[in-house]
Amino acid sequence: MSSAQERIGVYVCHCGSNIAATVDVEAVSEWAGQELAGRGVVVARDSKFMCASSGQELIEKDIEELGLTRVVVAACSPHMHEKTFRGACARAGLNPYLCELVSIREQVSWVHSDRAAATAKAKAVIAGGVLRVGEHVPLEPLRVPINPTTLVVGGGIAGISTALEIADAGFPVHLVERQPSIGGHMAQFDKTFPTLDCAACILTPKMVDAGMHKGITLHTWSEVTDVKGYVGNFTVTIKERARYINAELCTGCGICQEKCPIRVQDNVFEAGLGFRKVAYMPFPQAVPKYPVIDGPNCTYFEKGTCKACEKFCPTNAIDFNQVDRDVIVEVGNIVLATGFELFDARRIEQYGYGRLPNVFTSLEFERMSNAAGPTNGRIVLRDGVTEPRSVGIIHCVGSRDRNYNSHCSAICCMQSLKFAHLIGDHTDATVHNFYIDIRAPGKAYDEFYQRVLEEGTIFVRGRVAEVTDSLRLPAEADAEGRLIIQVEDTLVGRQRRIPVDMVILAAGLEPPADAKETARLFGISCSSDGWVIERHPKLDPVATMTDGVFAAGCALGPRDIPASVSNGAAAAARILGRIQQKEMAIEPVRATVDEARCSGCRICNDLCPYNAIVYHADRAVTEVNPALCQGCGTCVAACPAGAISGTGFSDAQILSQIEGLLMVSASGQLREVVPA
Amino acid sequence: MSTTTTHAPAGPAPAGGSAFEPVMIGFTCNWCSYRAADLAGTARIKYPPNVRLIRLMCSGRLDPAFVLKAFAEGADGVMVSGCWPGECHYIEQNIKALRRLTLLRRVTEAMGIEPARLQLLWASAAEGQRFANEVGRIVEEVRALGPLAWGRDGARSPGSVEAALALAATGSSDPPPVSPADIDQPAPALAEVTA
Amino acid sequence: MSDNGKPRFAMYWAASCGGCDIAVLNIHEKIAEVAAAFEIVFWPCVMDAKYADVEALPDGSIDLTLFSGSIRNDENLHLAKLLRRTSKILVAFGSCASEGCIPGLANLSPVNEMVATAFETQSTDNPGHVRPTPSWASPEGEIRIPTLAPVLRTLDQVVEVDYIMPGCPPESARIAEVVDLVIAVFAGRAELPPKGSVIGAGTSTVCDQCARQRDVKKIAAFTRIQATAHLDPAICLLEQGIPCSGPATRDGCGALCPAAGAPCIGCYGGSDGVMDQGARLLSAFSSVIDAREPGDIERILDGLPDPLGTFYRFGLARSILRASRPASAGNGHEPPVTARAPGPALAGSAGGTDR
Repeated sequence: MSSAQERIGVYVCHCGSNIAATVDVEAVSEWAGQELAGRGVVVARDSKFMCASSGQELIEKDIEELGLTRVVVAACSPHMHEKTFRGACARAGLNPYLCELVSIREQVSWVHSDRAAATAKAKAVIAGGVLRVGEHVPLEPLRVPINPTTLVVGGGIAGISTALEIADAGFPVHLVERQPSIGGHMAQFDKTFPTLDCAACILTPKMVDAGMHKGITLHTWSEVTDVKGYVGNFTVTIKERARYINAELCTGCGICQEKCPIRVQDNVFEAGLGFRKVAYMPFPQAVPKYPVIDGPNCTYFEKGTCKACEKFCPTNAIDFNQVDRDVIVEVGNIVLATGFELFDARRIEQYGYGRLPNVFTSLEFERMSNAAGPTNGRIVLRDGVTEPRSVGIIHCVGSRDRNYNSHCSAICCMQSLKFAHLIGDHTDATVHNFYIDIRAPGKAYDEFYQRVLEEGTIFVRGRVAEVTDSLRLPAEADAEGRLIIQVEDTLVGRQRRIPVDMVILAAGLEPPADAKETARLFGISCSSDGWVIERHPKLDPVATMTDGVFAAGCALGPRDIPASVSNGAAAAARILGRIQQKEMAIEPVRATVDEARCSGCRICNDLCPYNAIVYHADRAVTEVNPALCQGCGTCVAACPAGAISGTGFSDAQILSQIEGLLMVSASGQLREVVPA
Repeated sequence: MSTTTTHAPAGPAPAGGSAFEPVMIGFTCNWCSYRAADLAGTARIKYPPNVRLIRLMCSGRLDPAFVLKAFAEGADGVMVSGCWPGECHYIEQNIKALRRLTLLRRVTEAMGIEPARLQLLWASAAEGQRFANEVGRIVEEVRALGPLAWGRDGARSPGSVEAALALAATGSSDPPPVSPADIDQPAPALAEVTA
Repeated sequence: MSDNGKPRFAMYWAASCGGCDIAVLNIHEKIAEVAAAFEIVFWPCVMDAKYADVEALPDGSIDLTLFSGSIRNDENLHLAKLLRRTSKILVAFGSCASEGCIPGLANLSPVNEMVATAFETQSTDNPGHVRPTPSWASPEGEIRIPTLAPVLRTLDQVVEVDYIMPGCPPESARIAEVVDLVIAVFAGRAELPPKGSVIGAGTSTVCDQCARQRDVKKIAAFTRIQATAHLDPAICLLEQGIPCSGPATRDGCGALCPAAGAPCIGCYGGSDGVMDQGARLLSAFSSVIDAREPGDIERILDGLPDPLGTFYRFGLARSILRASRPASAGNGHEPPVTARAPGPALAGSAGGTDR
């Protein structure tokens, strides 16, 4: 047995009482020292907190004084402290990869209640670790250079903040945005809570900064279509869609927009409430200021006629021959700031959105309330003329609802309070807010809620059952033509039918529809509902599990503007740190092909999603590119000739671990080995 | 060659449910199912202690030889877990694991290992509770099958060839039933060859 | 060494078909060189000799023994130990001795079932249910026949082996090369390879010697050569859906079967560093199935009706599990069950939250 030839130290942690309360740590340590002595264990100790300096010093001292060649620590999950114990070994002069941390906490003491069974399992886990570590070989982490250019995907407030932080520090950024202008959803808003700052007023200076910044290259009306590479060295393909406008010549004068004869409903920026031309700028403060021609709706593309824009353009900037073009950029890090989409309120049929004209979504209302919006800031019904006498605002539409999304969308309560206030500002309408809970956790948020309360908004605690235009009760006769909100007022304990003229649905936040494709494209994980999964929800909220790819803003989950901006700054700080250090160490878990054993059967060739497997036809052998290999081990397992080996998770290591894990019976006895 | 290998499991009858504790190996992937197990731990969700986990970087690393080795070394059951299809950290390597396990299960079944002893579980990093529930279910299914005891059956131990042959040469204690009227050979006794 | 200074040579056949002996004889006139270079003391296929002659030999007095056939019964075991004691160099010769080969497939059935099949099937007229018995008292004295072991074993699973020469049978050209090497060694002109080596074969796989063009693998269906109207002779058989064990099989045979239009069936066993040839084939073939959904995967795998037999045709006795459960249990007194309720679906879709 390979482990028997080593000098192995075993360290069993009490973790206070986290492990010791369920696992008999002293017994396990003693057992390891005695029963695994034949397998190479020369010392076994237990300690209250192995991760504390005293615990680490135990290891360092034994390495130096006892000449340990391998170390096994039985404690918490490797995801917690693998680095810690590797560090202790390195300080004592032992290659850090000769240390194995096995979990007897998350996977034993915390999940089992029977002390005897847990103790037995801990022994088995340690035996597995001891036999495995005997097969470890010294490894050096791979060092990769870090390209100082960064890619930011998504030009909303989170993406813009990130880009500005990095560019202001002196490093180039490519900012990619799917829409013709950066700005994201924040550009659609009217005022921001709780200060009631005008969203455009605080956003546009940042947009202009980003647009003019020497360090930021904007790719709007663009999408990322391909990502190859690894941290520090990504090669990204950006498809810049044809605008049919020559940006070199365009002055942003807007004449093409004025002269364009075709109007279509603007479902993006105006949230369906207003119209735009086919040659259009999404909004007046758009950055970049170049318009875009909406090809599918354009008369020229459909029939070959019109070309009004071209006729009137003073600088000849219209170019109907433009085609999509691919731009390939090399970047070192990527930040995903792809934001959110609004829950489609049509899915809740009983609220009547899409059927009853005067039911609006929150985004539609933002546009309505916005002075630069399709109604010039007037709060009016769908007819564009009538002012509502009363408005009902329904919270949690598509959120906190097992039928649609279980999550809370974090910002809709504040947004709904804001609407209540704005309606009160602009009209004499009575406002009812229908809520489950009021979520106002931020700075000055609850004070804003109090203010809205004092302003006379009526709050009804209950889930709205239905928004309807059909009257039922005789008393509702004078509500002809209005909407009735049917709700259980839980504080009063009664069903109520409340007539209103206008209903606003605080629709929840959802990940973009193509979130899963995006995750796949960038090699990250997203949860089953589509939010990007962060590396640690508490302690590492902007990194993903994939080195080099970060996320900021609502791509991670619903959050307000200050949080999105903070996320962006955090991601930028991490990236700037990497750029400063110029290179980064990555785990040396890689596959390698032994050319002597490889017969060129090519069975592995199609198994690598990272294109790390390369076939050399001249030599009829396959090779794995260590720079691209991500260490999944799939090719190692597939190779019929056993020609591919995987460092860190080699066959010998895993087979030994299997043997060790099965050495101990369910009751903690060493199992007799029956020769086959 | 004969493919009629659907034998009833041989070996000692399973001990009464309460006495038998299966010993199982569970392969997990670093990004999803191992984290699910960790999450179950952080949340202090309890599940049976019968499965001893091995961390791989990806379920795609799972070599069928690992499963076979686990059975040969005394595991009563093996669980393989990874990310849900479509969510593999390495894009779609869990699909390769699925392909391998599908074929492997056909082979182990032909060898006389009940299909329920080899189970595949998809679990994402957020599914600690579900991981615990599924482990509990799998343990009970294996418990009901009794010990696999590969190579450790009473009839084969002691393990040396000579001993097995000596045992065989002494003749079986259970000859098959034979009607005396069928005997027309001068042989004194018809005994089944008991190897 | 024999009295006349010639090294002593022996060849034995345990549980085998005799093909290895024929393969040796197939070196044609070169056999005369063997006869000239060696004193053949024991070779049941070719000359008359009694076990007692071998039992009388001093330890290590046979310089080279080629042992073919696997260890199926106590007679095989006795000869394995005897020849190990009396031989300097013991070679596990051919697939049976190295990895069990076709006799190893008997490890899928318990012994009593095999005997029952042999003595009670439709083509056998056995109204008295006669079975072989280990001993029988005849008027002239006790007659004993060998006892079948519950599990068939390879030579190196019962005695220490110096070299392994794989193949079913080893190709005669390779045998001739080994003969030359051994003659040179005994003449002091060459060195023996390190003890424990595989001789007469390569270190890579059959694909290395196969002339067919290879491309990326994506198997949409498995089929058989008999069911394929036209096989492209220039393209890899696996890519054409024919399960060819070449990728996991040691080279040395010259890839004769694929060259002739037939898939490699794996008779040279696994190559260096392969612990279980069947597991490698199983992993390799399934990895490249062109399907993602469980239903599609199952459908494509249905094209391999007997994966156990296909992958472990030669190497079952050397594999990790080695024998089926009933076989390794010994007699397995329970009668075979012909129908079994299907087990749970492979991926635990039962009991999960709906996804």
